[in-house]
Amino acid sequence: MAVTRSQRPTPESAPHPSGDNRFRLLEAAMKKHQYRPDALIEVLHRAQELFGYLSTDLLLYIAHSLHLPPSRVYGVATFYHFFSMAPKGQHSCVVCLGTACYVRGSAAILAAAERHLGIKAGTTTPDGHISLETARCLGACGIAPTVVVDGTVTGHQTPEQVLIWIERLAQMVE
Amino acid sequence: MDLSELIEIAEHERASRRSIRIRCCTALGCQSAGALSLKQRLEEAATEVERQDIEVIGVGCMGLCGNGPLVMVDPDGVLYEHVRAADAPSIVAALDGGEATAPLGDPQHPFFTGQKRIVLEHSGIIDPERIESYIAAGGYQALYHVLHEMTPADVIDVITRSGLRGRGGAGYPTGLKWATVAKSHGNRKFVVCNADEGDPGAFMDRSIIESDPHKVLEGMAIAAYAVGADQGYVYVRAEYPLAIQRLQKAIAQARRLGVLGAQIFDAGFTFRVDIRVGAGAFVCGEETALMASIEGRRGQPRPRPPYPAESGLWGQPTLINNVETYANIAPIIRHGAEWFASIGTETSKGTKVFALTGKIRHTGLIEVPMGATLRQIVEEMGGGVPDGHVKAVQTGGPSGGCIPATLLDTPVDYESVQRVGSIMGSGGMVVMDDATHMVDVAHFYMEFCKDESCGKCIPCRAGTAQMLHMLDVIRAGQATPADLEQLEQLCLMVKETSLCGLGQSAPNPVLSTLKYFRAEYEALLNHNADRATTEP
Amino acid sequence: MAARTFTINDQLVSGREGETILEAARENGIYIPTLCHLDGVTSVGACRMCLVEIEGSRTLRPACVTQVVEGMVVHTDTERLRNYRRIIIELLFAERNHICAVCVANGHCELQNLAIAIGMDHVRFDYAFPVCEVDISHGRFGIDHNRCVLCTRCVRVCDEVEGVHTWDIAGRGADARVITDMRQPWGESTSCTSCGKCLLACPTGAIFRRGATVSEMERDPTKIAFIVAARDQRW
Repeated sequence: MAVTRSQRPTPESAPHPSGDNRFRLLEAAMKKHQYRPDALIEVLHRAQELFGYLSTDLLLYIAHSLHLPPSRVYGVATFYHFFSMAPKGQHSCVVCLGTACYVRGSAAILAAAERHLGIKAGTTTPDGHISLETARCLGACGIAPTVVVDGTVTGHQTPEQVLIWIERLAQMVE
Repeated sequence: MDLSELIEIAEHERASRRSIRIRCCTALGCQSAGALSLKQRLEEAATEVERQDIEVIGVGCMGLCGNGPLVMVDPDGVLYEHVRAADAPSIVAALDGGEATAPLGDPQHPFFTGQKRIVLEHSGIIDPERIESYIAAGGYQALYHVLHEMTPADVIDVITRSGLRGRGGAGYPTGLKWATVAKSHGNRKFVVCNADEGDPGAFMDRSIIESDPHKVLEGMAIAAYAVGADQGYVYVRAEYPLAIQRLQKAIAQARRLGVLGAQIFDAGFTFRVDIRVGAGAFVCGEETALMASIEGRRGQPRPRPPYPAESGLWGQPTLINNVETYANIAPIIRHGAEWFASIGTETSKGTKVFALTGKIRHTGLIEVPMGATLRQIVEEMGGGVPDGHVKAVQTGGPSGGCIPATLLDTPVDYESVQRVGSIMGSGGMVVMDDATHMVDVAHFYMEFCKDESCGKCIPCRAGTAQMLHMLDVIRAGQATPADLEQLEQLCLMVKETSLCGLGQSAPNPVLSTLKYFRAEYEALLNHNADRATTEP
Repeated sequence: MAARTFTINDQLVSGREGETILEAARENGIYIPTLCHLDGVTSVGACRMCLVEIEGSRTLRPACVTQVVEGMVVHTDTERLRNYRRIIIELLFAERNHICAVCVANGHCELQNLAIAIGMDHVRFDYAFPVCEVDISHGRFGIDHNRCVLCTRCVRVCDEVEGVHTWDIAGRGADARVITDMRQPWGESTSCTSCGKCLLACPTGAIFRRGATVSEMERDPTKIAFIVAARDQRW
């Protein structure tokens, strides 16, 4: 399924041979960078944005397109913590463990969340509903401790408040 | 684009201002506390009262992030703190003598009056999403001046004489770095802005980019002209989406007006800037790792020399400076080297921005002249610890150390901070109170360094893991005095043998807490523990 | 090429311009311990075994990548360096599961030789005992991650000499592992040519010939330099 530089007859607007429109968008991102190998990280960002996570097949597809050895693409994808090799939950709760948050009690917040959800940080509930993650520092230290709920940064958090957020997420069943 | 057009934009922008300006902070801290809906409500409230002399503008960080969302009303200089969207109508009504329901802040507090704002001069005042707002504040005139009236050598001379040193932490003289890149030969040269602000507890660079992105771009363009580069990269952390978004907007606006791109100000100078987004690796703040990451590789450092100034991105001469360093450039060009050199101490010129966080009454962003004491910053400006006493101040993040309360009179400049066993670092300052156990703090940082070690060199990869384990043993009360001694030996070894700055500074939090708070370690020792060694 | 005269351990030596301290030392019969260095591939200065003291330099410098300078004064065998080298070896032993007595490379192992040369008879650190895989999916070779020291010699030789780049490093820090292709079993790697150069390059018992038992894994890493020289000179 890998399409290399020399054999790309389909115009940009045509549907991707795989039938998955996301590949067409990924292809456009790679074309924007002229399929340069040094654009790998930019391309991985776009791929994760489109697909949610980086599967082995997806990485192999990118490796072929950018003319990079598969092991190098895999090595880069696993070096950076921002890239995920496994699907994420539908909702996310990120507890910041930066210094300012740490000094203001983020460890207790994380412990409460872990206990409540029954999972460890960095994992997803078995039903795939909520991913509990940690962050190094969001740079929002002025409002420490901070928690990011589905992408929204909230400050001055307490363990009690975070459990309320999690309860709210739990009720948002699709 | 020429100077008259630039001035025209500035004048038009100033003329279209209304007499009463309600400035609402829209930087990350205040946004998280609901500043966007507040701003919208303020706009609606202003429309409802049908007054043509009121405008509501979104601005960057005003500094007191812990009390956000912040709203400032000009020209009277009234500051409101913890403003909720529901307070908006009362703030507008207060202009006609009503009573605002939001708590009043004190703009005369030392937190504000103790500052000297050079880097943050426009922060919280201009609209970071509009280039016209920056131009109205005199923006891009320094670049015009440089391109038309100065040679690259002149620019380097001004920066050298100003005494500016790198704000990323190491304090390398900026003028010297520029001169080296200018002298190096290459097919192309690059200018890189390091915005990979990884130190937990630091948010100066995020705030500068969110509040005044064009200032950084102008500084980069001036640097590019001075060293002969035509391409720039800003390497930003992925954790800073708002900063990335504002920077993208700023670059697009600058390109449209022709202050970035080809033939800038018709001076035969071309400079393009692209953003590279990091992907969650602290080590990429190290310059050789950062370059590897821009080149799309694993962010692993390599031995220096060769330095980036000689062989950097794709083997070409590359100038790497930090966000705050670039933000100092335009003011230095505008006011002259002597003006800048008159601020600060003998060896550290100018100001430094600090992110004041932790157990402190007023958390936020401040800019003070170099040489201000920790006591002035923490106790006078920051208001000290809410209930309790300052035990230590941590500076420099995982690469820095803990300075005990007894040394609060230490002036903050590169040398003095280093003398007491920490580093200036990028500007994170975390205040710790009596409730903080220093062995826990050392453990916290060591865990960070272990997780962030790239794994290339053995002392850092295996050494941080081993140091963390030894701290675990100490915390579990199973370590002997000999173990403590061995930990100290290992710290020194990792410091001296690691390949890059991450490893070389990883032991600092342990060494500095051992130096000042050794008793806390000793209290955890077990003199009877039996600890075996192993044969391979 | 211009000659450079300088001092190593109070001995006046000469080297060529552009040469590294390590090369010059070896030409003059002076031993500097190395682990990640391999003649024939790029040096990366990662293992820190070859660190030397240079008078006037604030920091210790890796001899494998530091070029000789006229008049420099180098010390390769000070008390401080011996101490640090011993700690490096101890850290490596504690990091993974290096049990010489049952290792295929026992008696032919660069890590073991370094430990002996340094006089490291016991490890003062606690062992981490990580869980590491052994991959014997390849028909001729196997890799035992328990013995890997992450020197990346296999990665470099595969990339630079064989030109295939089957190997790379995945993950980072203590969790880093050498991998083939998409971290699939070696035997399922589609890029591997089974040339065996990684086998020659490996300093420990990590990469081994299948069928080799304790102490049987002998190899000659100088063959890599021979291949590179042969190619350069087009014999």
